[in-house]
Amino acid sequence: MSISLVTDRTASDEDARMASPLAIRGMTVSYGQTPAVFSVDVTVRAGSMTAIVGPNGAGKSTLLKAALQVIKPLAGTVSVFGKPLAQMRDRIAYVPQRASVDWDFPTRVIDVVTMGMYRQLGLLGRVRSHHRAAAMASLTRVGMADFATRQIGQLSGGQQQRVFLARALAQEAEIYVLDEPFAGVDAATEKAIIAVLKELRDAGRTVLAVHHDLATVPEYFDDVVLLNTQVVAAGPVEEVFTDANLHATYGGRLTTARIDPESVAG
Amino acid sequence: MMGSEFVALSLPPILIGVCVAVACALPGNFLLLRRQALIGDAISHVVLPGIVVAFLLTGVVAAGPMLLGAAGAAVLSVIAIDLIRRLGRIEAGAAMGVVFTAMFAGGVLLLERSDTSSVHLDVEHALFGNLESLIWLDARGWSSLLDPAALAGLPVELPRMAIALVVVAAFLWLFWRPLALATFDEGFARGLGLPTEPLGLALVVVSAIAAVAAFDAVGSIIVIAMFICPPAAARMMTNRLGHQVAWSAAFATLSAIIGYVLAGYGPIWIGASASVSAAGMIATVSGVILGIAAVAGPHRDKVS
Repeated sequence: MSISLVTDRTASDEDARMASPLAIRGMTVSYGQTPAVFSVDVTVRAGSMTAIVGPNGAGKSTLLKAALQVIKPLAGTVSVFGKPLAQMRDRIAYVPQRASVDWDFPTRVIDVVTMGMYRQLGLLGRVRSHHRAAAMASLTRVGMADFATRQIGQLSGGQQQRVFLARALAQEAEIYVLDEPFAGVDAATEKAIIAVLKELRDAGRTVLAVHHDLATVPEYFDDVVLLNTQVVAAGPVEEVFTDANLHATYGGRLTTARIDPESVAG
Repeated sequence: MMGSEFVALSLPPILIGVCVAVACALPGNFLLLRRQALIGDAISHVVLPGIVVAFLLTGVVAAGPMLLGAAGAAVLSVIAIDLIRRLGRIEAGAAMGVVFTAMFAGGVLLLERSDTSSVHLDVEHALFGNLESLIWLDARGWSSLLDPAALAGLPVELPRMAIALVVVAAFLWLFWRPLALATFDEGFARGLGLPTEPLGLALVVVSAIAAVAAFDAVGSIIVIAMFICPPAAARMMTNRLGHQVAWSAAFATLSAIIGYVLAGYGPIWIGASASVSAAGMIATVSGVILGIAAVAGPHRDKVS
């Protein structure tokens, strides 16, 4: 079922993993009896924008969370530039699903962005003016500077997503891992987010995102991982994003998926 | 003369009440935002049998054995919840409901069947405490506050509760940032490598310390009320976490003072002779404050 690209254990693959900003090996996660993610190998190419694509319940978000040890996998290892994840946390910025938090939480936009500087601030470090300036700069990049002192619950879905992206920008990481960044956002926000992500890629950073809109994959991304519990295919979009591979990933649901991308969201 | 009476009879219970109220309200903010508000309720139910057993074994009402007993009861209840959930194949909420009420009922039975007449440990005490009786017999007026000999006669509940308050406040001050982060966005916090589970556990332990320390002085009613009412009222006053915590401390303090005064003098003002339970009145005042905040607070609307 797997495509040779990611499972061939050759010397050059080993080199690729050592150089990769995020290399996942043998990742298996289970919530109950059946695995949500089974024996997944993914080697993200440095400086690329990679989409994880697959049907509902394919384990896309689960794979991301397990890769960042947000949830505990049954098995699997993750390396960041060849080193264990635990030593390299500060290189990774994670943007969780917007729906995963309580937006009634008593906090302002600027405070959420400042959370991205946790590793610099530590337990008791004071938020100084240069921290605030950096947070404002992150907000400016996503077009949200005017909303800095708003309570987060007053924002639209798209604005909330931009604030989450600004928090990730404030981390000044090398790898940006996003879970459904375009879910339930307006068209303007989608454009703004993709522009920022492409800026990051062009500056040599790496972007990995769970994505549900098949129609925009070739336009937005360089590489794609087709996932349905296991990896069906992975590699450059022009090589891997084929009808045959999509059929193998989505099975009979592909026709609906093509007509209505929303129906494969999740 | 008025002053010396106040210092001896009213000041210690008011101070103890304030310490209890603030020590419970502070962690209550985070419990509320984590949708664990009933943990305070659960703790005060579960610990009762532990405290009673600790008393039966040691024969004294002292903080150390009581905390140990309470901790033992808490561990036991966690195991029992897990067992019932898995063996009975029922949801966690139902298992908790069964265990909490059973533990509390067991504690009440233990209390009734054991000889606790020599100390202030009975069912009524477990609910309402004995705040009014915590008086300072050595006080001879305000000057006694500077007299080491007189200070040694302070009710032991006051320094005990003050220490609990300091522990709670120090914990929140030290771990404010990771706590706020893990409370708002646990996934992101874990992505940063924060130990969110130990942090959540530490919050519950600190809440338990406040609850157990308060239990002896004021009973469980006030503890339950203070974990929830001042933070819930404070949430409606502001949209910022720091301000919310400050408001909750202010509301808790206000509840303790007004509640104590109303319990002692309110019935006299309306022509009745006896005073009413201070702990009950403090809890009631905190509920009234919550009601006022819910009607008039500036941020009571759930934003969309």
